[in-house]
Amino acid sequence: MLTPDATIRFQDVEQVFMSSDGTAVQALANVNFSIARHEFVAVIGPSGCGKSTLLRIIAGLVRPTRGSVQIYGLPVTEPREEIGIVFQRPTLLPWLNILDNVTFPMRHKYGRVTAQETERARELLALTRLEEFAAKRPDELSGGMQQRVGIARALLHDPDILLMDEPFSALDALTRDEMSFELLRIWTEKPKTVLFITHSIPEALLLADRILVMSARPGAVREIIDVGLPRPRTLDTLSEKRFNELANHIRSQVFSRPVAA
Amino acid sequence: MNSQTTSAARSSAAPLQPELTKRKLLVLAWLDRLAPVLAALAVIGVWELICRVFALPNYLLPSPSAIVTSAFALDPGIWLTHTWATLRVSLGGYALAIIIAIPLAVLLANSRLMSRTLYPMLVVIQSTPIVGVAPIIVVLMGAGEMPRIFITFLITFFPIVVSTVTGLMSTPEELKELSRSLGASKAREIRNIQLPFAVPYIFSALRISITLAIIGAVVAEFVAAEKGLGFFIAFSTSFLRIPQAFAALIVLVTLSLLLFQVIALVQRWLFPWSLPKESR
Ligand SMILES: Nc1ncnc2c1ncn2[C@@H]1O[C@H](COP(=O)(O)OP(=O)(O)OP(=O)(O)O)[C@@H](O)[C@H]1O
Ligand SMILES: [Mg+2]
Repeated sequence: MLTPDATIRFQDVEQVFMSSDGTAVQALANVNFSIARHEFVAVIGPSGCGKSTLLRIIAGLVRPTRGSVQIYGLPVTEPREEIGIVFQRPTLLPWLNILDNVTFPMRHKYGRVTAQETERARELLALTRLEEFAAKRPDELSGGMQQRVGIARALLHDPDILLMDEPFSALDALTRDEMSFELLRIWTEKPKTVLFITHSIPEALLLADRILVMSARPGAVREIIDVGLPRPRTLDTLSEKRFNELANHIRSQVFSRPVAA
Repeated sequence: MNSQTTSAARSSAAPLQPELTKRKLLVLAWLDRLAPVLAALAVIGVWELICRVFALPNYLLPSPSAIVTSAFALDPGIWLTHTWATLRVSLGGYALAIIIAIPLAVLLANSRLMSRTLYPMLVVIQSTPIVGVAPIIVVLMGAGEMPRIFITFLITFFPIVVSTVTGLMSTPEELKELSRSLGASKAREIRNIQLPFAVPYIFSALRISITLAIIGAVVAEFVAAEKGLGFFIAFSTSFLRIPQAFAALIVLVTLSLLLFQVIALVQRWLFPWSLPKESR
């Protein structure tokens, strides 16, 4: 899968952190994969295996200790314009209303927001079904609604690459399913390359084209699974035979001990 | 037909019920407001009674009526002079504390080196009893308003530093990362993200510090001053004019409470979102 026209490409990436007690923690070892343009890739793996680190490296927030990471064939040296990040927690600014929260990246970077951007923010709020909450404050919204604001905020500058770090993990199961389908709807309407970290196997299967299964520390890609379930995915997808087969397979992969080489 | 009559009956009964409870609530709300006033009046009444029944001399415990009498016996201009002097020192030291504490806090919160170097020093300053240092400061800085302002500053600035640092550090890591991922400068991150996050913390420190500022000014005036309410209390007691000292004390408490309220109001006006939801 190391195609030259890949959007994101990891080559022999290794990440070692110096922790506060002076010991070295190897977060990632020998990570190789690449993601094609407008592909939806889910990352799944045990806690602490380096999923967030992977995302931070793509975002240009962390420099890998070894190896190279390329976006559109160019090495990542600093944060890039075309990336949008959705964090695990809906981190909104409590002093701004919802609309201003969505336009915050522009105001923060350039000091002003154009009418066009405000217009776009309204469209995104409509897309995330929040238009009537534009003037409300974050603490007047439910957790799931706040998370959708976070998604709208990440989409404001129409990023070509969307990085999502367990964006739905704080939500209850029902909201979670609803959000998954909304995300798919948005992704279909505005195709983009998505890296989606999750702890939920069904979520990964429902959303992704491919699933990166990672092994425990030091994190490495254990397996890359082609999901191959037909799109559009619906609630019926959850009861497909292949869905359950894949779910069982991934479960055994995540929970088994690392295979000796 | 039938459903109409029931709904009509209901609608005529419905407004009556909330009206009653509304009135009850209003009375309760007033009681809630008046309770502290009534309690204070009761305390003053008992105080007056004790002084009269036991015929306590004024130099031991002046009665409230004696305090009020002595307060009005004095030229209002004298009160104004002393109050104004204390207010100037308090606000001067307070303003200086804010101007120095907040940038210092920004530095401490954003630089590990700075916080490791400066924090121990700040803790030492805070652990030093200012009352003991005050005479030394006066000797060092000479007479005049500056040493008093400096003493007030010393007492007020530490809580502001600590609280502001805590507030700045409470900024979610994700927002700092968002800022970095946008390629925004550190200055922007501090101004647009960190400082607003610290606002509730800053204001809780500002409320504490404004009362400390009055204490600082009074302490400084005890040590060296020729005017101010602290000086006036020391002066009055040295001549055994206890009711007059008590009157000055009451002016101080009032001043302190007023300034506290002013800070609370400023927060409500400028940063209503920083208040807890139920008190907006
Ligand atoms: N800044 C850092 N300094 C030191 N160690 C770090 C740092 N960031 C991550 N680590 C370590 O790297 C490892 C991987 O962390 P990471 O956050 O990427 O895991 P994760 O897969 O996202 O876990 P989770 O599923 O629980 O979110 C962990 O052992 C963590 O302690
Ligand atoms: Mg993580």
